[in-house]
Amino acid sequence: MKPFRFGAGLVDNAGVLVGLGAIGAVMLSMAGAFAYTGGWLSPVRLTQDRMMAAFRDANGTHAGFRRNHAKGVCVTGWFESSGQAAALSKAAVFRPGRVPVVGRFALAGGMPFQTDEPATVRSMALRFLQSGGEEWRTGMNNIPVFPVNSARGFYEQLLASSPDPATGKPDPARMKAFLAAHPETVRALQLIKERQVTSGFANSTFNSLNAFRFIDESGASVPVRWSAVPVQPFAADSAVPSAAEDENYLFDDLIVQIAQHPQQWRLIVTIGQADDPTNDATLPWPADRRQIDAGTITIDQASSENGGRCTAINYDPLVLPAGIEPSDDPLLSARSAAYARSFTLRAEEEHEKPPSAVTPQEVQAEGKS
Amino acid sequence: MSAQARFPAASRLLHWLMAPMIVAMLFIGVGMAATVSKRYELLVSIHRPLGIAIFVLCVIRIVNRLINPPPELPDMLPSLQRFAAKASHIVLYALMFIMPLVGWGMLSAARYPIVLYGPLRLPPILPHDLTLYAWLRDLHTDLAYLFFATFLVHFGAALFHGLIRRDGVFASMTSWR
Repeated sequence: MKPFRFGAGLVDNAGVLVGLGAIGAVMLSMAGAFAYTGGWLSPVRLTQDRMMAAFRDANGTHAGFRRNHAKGVCVTGWFESSGQAAALSKAAVFRPGRVPVVGRFALAGGMPFQTDEPATVRSMALRFLQSGGEEWRTGMNNIPVFPVNSARGFYEQLLASSPDPATGKPDPARMKAFLAAHPETVRALQLIKERQVTSGFANSTFNSLNAFRFIDESGASVPVRWSAVPVQPFAADSAVPSAAEDENYLFDDLIVQIAQHPQQWRLIVTIGQADDPTNDATLPWPADRRQIDAGTITIDQASSENGGRCTAINYDPLVLPAGIEPSDDPLLSARSAAYARSFTLRAEEEHEKPPSAVTPQEVQAEGKS
Repeated sequence: MSAQARFPAASRLLHWLMAPMIVAMLFIGVGMAATVSKRYELLVSIHRPLGIAIFVLCVIRIVNRLINPPPELPDMLPSLQRFAAKASHIVLYALMFIMPLVGWGMLSAARYPIVLYGPLRLPPILPHDLTLYAWLRDLHTDLAYLFFATFLVHFGAALFHGLIRRDGVFASMTSWR
C-alpha cells in the first residue's frame, strides 16, 4: 500500500481509517452516555418534564402559575420558638427567639381559578429565615397521610385522574385500575376521607406528611414529622352554601380573620420510634408518639400573590437548615425535583401570567370588611 | 517527528485534576435535570460544591497559564486546525469560568440557599428576580450543551493528534515522565 502522509506522522491508509473509526466510536459513546443520562434514550423514565406533562394533561396549561397548589395567597408573620425542640435539633430556628416567616396558603390541584370547595386539600407553606442566612422551607397539607408513597404512584394517579380527551372527564376505569395496583393509596384515601374538615384555613391542621430527621449538637438523629396545629378553635365545615356565591370564600375568610386578629398555629413535632415508617408517607405513625411543642407560628399579614412575597419562592422541601435532614422518603427528592421544574416554567412564563384569583383589590377589600 | 515541548507540570496537574471534575459535572447536571428519583437530592448536593470547586480551580488555572504559558503548537499544523485549537480553548476557558457563575447567579435570583456543605453556604450575588432567574436557568442549560459539545471536540481532537497526526501534541499533555 502506498504510504500516505498525514501531518507530521507517517501512517498508512488503513491505519488512518482504524484510528478515525476508533475516535468516532469513542466520541459517539460519550455522546450516547450523555444522552442516556439526560433521559433522551429512556422513554419510560420518570423525568421532571414528564411529570410536568402529566400536570398539563390533568389541569391544562396555566401560564405563570405553580403546576400544583396553583391557587393561593401570600402571608407573612413570625415563628416564636419555645426552645423545646432545641435539644433534638441544632437548627437555630429552634433556639428560643423569633424568626420571620413568609408563607402561602393554597388549594391542592393545578387549577389556579378553581372554586373553593370544603373537601379540596388545603396547604400551608412556610419559609423560616434564620439569622445567618440558613433557611427552612416546608409545605404542609390538611390531610393525615399522603395518597401515594412514590413519584411513580403520584404520576400514575395524576394520569388516572386526567380528563379523557374523548369525554372531557376522567375515565373511572383508569382510576379503578390505578387503585387496584396501589392498595397503599386505597388505605390512605380512606384515612383522608375520614378526616374532619374544618370551616377554613385558620382552623385547619397542616401536616408535613413526609418524615425528616432532626440532628442534635452531638450528631444524634431522630425521625420526625411535624404539624401546624391551629390555636383558633375548631369549627366543622358548615357546608352551608352561603359561601356559594363567593368562589374564593376560603381565602376571603382567611384574609378577614388575619385582618381582625393575627392567626396562630403551634408547631408540633412528632418523634418517631425506630420502626416507624419514614419512607412511606401513606402510613400514619402510632398516635401515642411523643410530641414537642416547638413554638408558635403567628400570621399577621395577607397579600395577593400579585406582588406578594411568597410568589417568587419555591417551597422546596429539601431547603433545610443544618439540624434538619431529609429522611429516606423518596417523595422528598421527587417533590424537590418537580417543584424546581415547576418554578422554572412559571418563571419563564412570568410575563404572560394573568392576575391570580385572589387579587390585591380583593385582599384589601376583605381586609377592611 | 519534531520534538514537541510538554505542558508545564502545574498545567498538566490542573488539567487532569479538572478534566474528570468537569466531565462529572456535565453528566451530573444533565442527569439531575432528568430525574425525580432519590438520586436527585444526591446529585444536587454534589453539583453545587463541585461547581464552586471548578470555579476556584479555573481562576488558579488562568493565573497559572499566565505564569506558565503552554507550548507552541507544531509548525506543521494547518492554519485551520491551529485556529480551531485556539478557539476551542478560549471557549473551554470561558465556559469553565462562566458556568459556575451563571449557576451561582441563577440560584441567587431564585433565592435558593447556595449550600456547599452543612451550614456552609454562599451569599446571593444577584437580586431576587423571577425573570432574571428564568433567563439564567435557560442560559445554564444552553451553555452546558455547548460545554459538552466543546469537550467532545476537544477530546476527539486530542485523540486525532495522538492516533492520526502523532505530532506530539497529545503527549505534551499526557506524558508523565
